[in-house]
Amino acid sequence: MVAELNKSSPTTASQRRGVSHYTRFDVILVAFGTVGLWQLLNMFAGDVAISSPIGTARRSFELLAAPHFWPHVFETIRALAAAYAIASLGGTALGAILGSCRTSGLVFEPILVALYSLPKVTLYPVILVTFGLGLSAKVAFGALHGLIPIAIVTLNAVRNIRPVLIKTARTMALSPWASIITVFIPAVSAEIIAAQRLGFSLTLLGVLIGEMFASQRGLGFLIMNAIELHDVSTMMAVSLMVALAAVAANLALLGLSRRLGVGMSEYA
Amino acid sequence: MTVALTGLIRTGRITADLTRTLTNVGIAFALSVFFGSLGGILIHGVPRLRSALDPYFASYYAVPFFVFYPVLIAMFGVTDAPIIIIAFMFSIVAMTVSTISALDRVPTVLLKAARVARMGPVATALRIKLPSALPQLFTGIKLAIAYSFIGVIASEFILSSSGLGYVISYSYNNLDNRTMYALMLLVVVLVTTINMTVYACEQRILSRRGLLQ
Repeated sequence: MVAELNKSSPTTASQRRGVSHYTRFDVILVAFGTVGLWQLLNMFAGDVAISSPIGTARRSFELLAAPHFWPHVFETIRALAAAYAIASLGGTALGAILGSCRTSGLVFEPILVALYSLPKVTLYPVILVTFGLGLSAKVAFGALHGLIPIAIVTLNAVRNIRPVLIKTARTMALSPWASIITVFIPAVSAEIIAAQRLGFSLTLLGVLIGEMFASQRGLGFLIMNAIELHDVSTMMAVSLMVALAAVAANLALLGLSRRLGVGMSEYA
Repeated sequence: MTVALTGLIRTGRITADLTRTLTNVGIAFALSVFFGSLGGILIHGVPRLRSALDPYFASYYAVPFFVFYPVLIAMFGVTDAPIIIIAFMFSIVAMTVSTISALDRVPTVLLKAARVARMGPVATALRIKLPSALPQLFTGIKLAIAYSFIGVIASEFILSSSGLGYVISYSYNNLDNRTMYALMLLVVVLVTTINMTVYACEQRILSRRGLLQ
């Protein structure tokens, strides 16, 4: 279900090849259009509400040069790394275990989907009470956001391994370990990378929301602090840098998953 | 929790907030399904537009949206508008992407059959494309519901003066744990019920068409 979001790539790949002369130009055109729209919004609403693209860029460079900015960045990276490690390993393991048995997959998938669509912010107070203020609460909240979608996508991938592959592994009398390494992992690797990409975005969202509510450090805290001081340009600059970093990480994972996806389809 | 929740509902203390949240979710959901499917049809019809927007769709959900909520508040004030816009922005792309991939999956043979039967564009859309794209469209609708809920409640939680998210964060700040846990239970039950209802609808339509796997 979540996987559907990522599945647009294989069908569009051939189509993209047909119009590749325009594609790069068009993509840049859309980017310019977005910045132009932003400038218009700035002219319409004024600097009090939304700072201009140039003003935001200038403020971003000021922040990047300021020594007090970097501890916040490292704090967020530390929380994100820990949360993502938990979400990624835990989610993949959970999905693989639940997906490997037909009954458990059927029972747990609706539960996981219900959990996924729950606004997890509402549970934040419980997490704060359990983990206390500080790094561990942010990590727990981020991991909670990322773990569930990773588990759902992995579960579906493992459940939908083609039966012929499983039979082949059995026919060749592979040991369980050898069949996992040589058959099952390659069969689901494209979906698992797609799951990691989705999970990464959501973990980042979780960590930032966690920092916005109860934290004294981190980029989310900087944004919330800027809101309270009504410092629009700082707020926009931090938001912009976070968004750009997120998109860059996402594109890197997307490139990886496309390469694996193409490799798989040539194989099968 | 349950006792506190029934108490809250019976005294009518949260009726206003509950209706407000549900109204906002409803508006955001309706807008995103309408414009999302419209946009999906449009983008599917223009391959060049589609290849230009494709990389943006792929990284759309990587942008942490809620960081832009304060900007919207600065523009529209603390009203329902920023909440609905955030939820709408959060859910429209899921609907658009699902519509595009739904239209992709309409088998070419069916379109050829429609041409052989000399069906007009409207008849083709209603009798060929819609039925065969329906399962995939349901995926979009389910995601749109989930994202509208997340968008509305999280925005209320961050900065708002009413709604369920606001009441939860208010009672959290005032150490009113009974109300807080009761409302969390309400949100969980509400979202799960709506999810299960849509799921049941989907299964019924699919099984009627004999598409159930």
